[in-house]
Order: sequence, then structure tokens, then C-alpha cells
Amino acid sequence: MHRKLAVPLGIVAMILSTSLFAGPREDLLAQYATAARTETPTFSGFSAARGKTLHTQKFSGGKPDTPACTACHGENPRGAGRTLTGKDIEAVAVSVTPKRYTDPAKVEKWFKRNCREVLGRACTVQEKGDWITYMASQ
Amino acid sequence: MNIPYRPLALGLVALAFSAIVLQRAQAGGDDYFPPVVDPLVKEECGSCHMAFAPSMLPASSWKRMMGNLKDHFGDDASLDADTAARITSYLVTNAADTGGKRYSSKLLRGIAPNSAPQRITELPKWVSEHRKVPAWEWKHKDVRTKANCVACHADAERGFYED
Repeated sequence: MHRKLAVPLGIVAMILSTSLFAGPREDLLAQYATAARTETPTFSGFSAARGKTLHTQKFSGGKPDTPACTACHGENPRGAGRTLTGKDIEAVAVSVTPKRYTDPAKVEKWFKRNCREVLGRACTVQEKGDWITYMASQ
Repeated sequence: MNIPYRPLALGLVALAFSAIVLQRAQAGGDDYFPPVVDPLVKEECGSCHMAFAPSMLPASSWKRMMGNLKDHFGDDASLDADTAARITSYLVTNAADTGGKRYSSKLLRGIAPNSAPQRITELPKWVSEHRKVPAWEWKHKDVRTKANCVACHADAERGFYED
């Protein structure tokens, strides 16, 4: 009985683990990569290092009270952030907030709003992918 | 006959007390504004600031606000049309002059029927209730903005604003 169950259970486990590896976040990154290739033909992948720079860099195009992503998200990606109105923001690092970047609509909503507020323009696909790549490594 | 006056009196006091508490919670008292219960509204209106109770503004205010989310008090809070419509409907249904009426009669005093005020913190009743709060308290690092109700009203998220 137990032996009979072992094989199907093993298969189920394998399917589950593959779907875990290629989860919605990886799908989103793959989509961004495709879009980035169209945006810039010289695109050569996303970079966690560039994502890290994006996270801490100061911009002058956005609003004075939010010159950098860290203004609300904090210097440490693994720590909670805080909005200007005093609400806590869950950590941007995936290791702390595993559900981050798994809902494409939500990701796009916040990039749209926040890039405009901080950078004073929309983010490029390259920047979005770099950000998520960095946060997934944190 | 030996009537147990003491326990009876105590029981009555307890009953009266709970009746008052219950009445305040149900009918609102002046300090109760039912919190947002809709998960979508909670999520979309409660990410940057506390999801303010719909009964704190009249329906005309909510309609005006939801029509201009791109410039939401200076911030971009834009949403897709479908989400915005669902949120507007919730806010309008429970607004200070519709479903949330019994909680907000005093809050709407001195407001012209169709002026559609946008800031809760500029309503005459809000201003008079907070007149004793000194400037330094508003600037305190844990307060920072008048939109941060919870900084002082610990139970604001559950709808209670006494003290």
C-alpha cells in the first residue's frame, strides 16, 4: 500500500518543487527580460548589483521628500520601511517577505507610482528587472 | 423576606455599564467610525496611510477624490478603472451622509451640502476636536502628519477615536 503510494507522491512532489522554482516571480522576470530585449537589443540580463545601486541612489527628478527608494523602504532591504504617513511597509527583500513580486499587477502598480515619485519618470524594464533580481537575492 | 440588595445593585451597575458600551459601539457615540471591512478597499486605501472610515466624509467627497487619484494630495495613487469603481461604490455606500450617517452627524456640521471637502483634517469638527494638540506633537517623529490617526488613537484601526 505504502509502496504503491510512493511513486505518485514522488511525482506530485516533483511537480510541486518545479513549480516552486519557476514561480510567478520567475515568470515575471522572464517577461521583463523579453520586454528588455525589445527595448534595448544589447540587453544582457538583469543585475543584482545594478538593483542595489537603484535602491540607494539619490535622484533629483522626483519629489523632494522622496529622493531615493530608501526614503520609504529604508536603507536595509531586509528591514521594514515606513511611508511618510507613518504606515509600516513590509521588507522589500524576498527572504523576509516571500510573497513579494509574485503578483504582476501589484508590482506594476507600485513601480508606476513609486518611480514617478522618486525618479520623476517611469522606470525602464531593465531597472524593474534589476530591482527584483537584487531583492530576490536578499 | 431577605432581598439581596448589594448583588442586585452591582448587577444593575454592570448591566448599565455594558449597555452604555454596547450602545456606543452600535450607535457609535461620537468617537466611533466603523473601520473599512472590504479587503480590496483595505488593501488599496490602506497601503500608504490608514484606510480612513468612509463615514468620515460625505459621498460627494469620495466621488471627487476617486475621480482624481493621479493627484491624490500630491501623490500618484492611480488605480485601474475597475478597482477604482469598486472602491468608489463602497465609499459612497458607507459615506457620512449615506450608510454611515448615524456615526457622523456631528462631523458633518458646518459643511455645505455639496462642497465635497477632501481633507478630513479640515472639517470644522475635526479642527475643534484637535485644537488642544500642540504644534510640537504634530511634528513628533512618530506622528509626522495629521493623517497618522493611529499615532495617538491606538484603537483607530478598529474604529475608536476617544482620547
